[in-house]
Amino acid sequence: MTKACIREREAYSRLSEDYRPKRPIVRNIILAFVVGGLICVVGQFFLDYLVSRKLAPTQAQAMTSSIMVFLGAFLTGIGVYDKLGRLAGMGAALPITGFANSVVSPAMEFKREGFVLGVSAKMFQVAGPVIVYGSLVSVLVSILRLYIFK
Amino acid sequence: MEFHRRGTSTCIFPEMPVVVAAASVVGPREGEGPLGRLFDMVYNDTLFQETSWEKAETRMLRQALDLALAKAGIDQTQVDFLLAGDLLNQIISSSYMAREYDIPYVGLYGACATMAEGLALGSLLVGGRFARYVAVASSSHHDTAERQYRYPTEFGYQRVPTSQWTATAAGAVIIAAKGAGPRVEAVTVGRVQDYGVIDPNDMGSAMAPAFADTVWRHLQDMSRKPDDYDLILSGDLGKIGVGISHRLLLQKGIDIESRHQDSGLLLYEMKPEIGAGASGCGCIASVFTAKFWPDLMAGKIKRMLLVATGALHSPTSCQQGESIPSIAHAVALVSETA
Repeated sequence: MTKACIREREAYSRLSEDYRPKRPIVRNIILAFVVGGLICVVGQFFLDYLVSRKLAPTQAQAMTSSIMVFLGAFLTGIGVYDKLGRLAGMGAALPITGFANSVVSPAMEFKREGFVLGVSAKMFQVAGPVIVYGSLVSVLVSILRLYIFK
Repeated sequence: MEFHRRGTSTCIFPEMPVVVAAASVVGPREGEGPLGRLFDMVYNDTLFQETSWEKAETRMLRQALDLALAKAGIDQTQVDFLLAGDLLNQIISSSYMAREYDIPYVGLYGACATMAEGLALGSLLVGGRFARYVAVASSSHHDTAERQYRYPTEFGYQRVPTSQWTATAAGAVIIAAKGAGPRVEAVTVGRVQDYGVIDPNDMGSAMAPAFADTVWRHLQDMSRKPDDYDLILSGDLGKIGVGISHRLLLQKGIDIESRHQDSGLLLYEMKPEIGAGASGCGCIASVFTAKFWPDLMAGKIKRMLLVATGALHSPTSCQQGESIPSIAHAVALVSETA
């Protein structure tokens, strides 16, 4: 019998647990905090600069997002952002630069499969769920705000 | 009719096939590793002057085979079978490599156990007198595997410590009915094992039971102890799989620790991003052809057991919540002087 029964599987799961290294959670959290914080500092710098140049705050915010998306895409293109992500995890993934990375990296990766079935079809391979559930949640939150917390 | 079998799963050879040549080709990262200078060919970029990583992998495989043929001093017209496999969907690296040759071709898929599967089948073909020469080749490429199994290569995500680093490497061997070189003494074809591991980032845990089962069966069938082998070489169990498999075998009263080496732990300097070790069809293919085949040739190793393990899942099966079935095949090799 090669398909282990449930009891054997449970015993195996307990046995193998001893050999699995723990994720370095403290190190990961510190790196995520530092790198994520630094990305936000860069964003804040652009925002403050644009406001100081007399741009309306909403325009300055939109402009800052664009600049950060560009930076994320650029660093992906020159092969830096994947290393940043490997180091900092969510610290690099969560800011808008990480979103840019998640769209640009599949677009680059699948260019060899053509612009239709490659680049455009695969572009949202990673970001797709974020967009779908992000939109869904924003609609739900808006409904709550409209009818309950008005 | 007399069958050349022992025990439940092992085939033995009255006339032992000979591994007359072996060659390896690897990428830059493998070239910088501890075995770097032993490989026949090291590329300094992962595209190998091709336009895609898939083409690069095919090229690497072809080069390994060409080198092996040259070392054996034979022409492709003398080869009766080409057995090859890799990790990509529809094993394209191997089949696109095979279209460059005029050799009867059998494509294999055994995940990272493919090299052992090929060695076993090739030896049976030669040992059964169905072939004079059989070529066996196997490869993996970090970037082709990454984009197929995981994420785009430029996507920034954190690797977990149990994950393994797919090697960019290819190995090829030529098995012949006679000639100089290590002999294939026995092959043990493994059974698929599934102990319910569902995490595709922890293949060591998934494959350890298959390794332990095949090693145990081989030793039972041949009435041998681990000490009868100078070396038991596994494919890509990694740190976690090695630990678990030693424990599983100890439960059956077999201690292989002093004889065991894992290709996945030999290929790279162990940095955090490598995770638990190297993996991929090319891992044991390149480590065996570059390091241990020469050791067998020189008589530094008298007898070894090559056991490659493979995780037989796909991204689809994992996304559907299926556990990971695994396999291990064993090939016993003896040096000519033994």
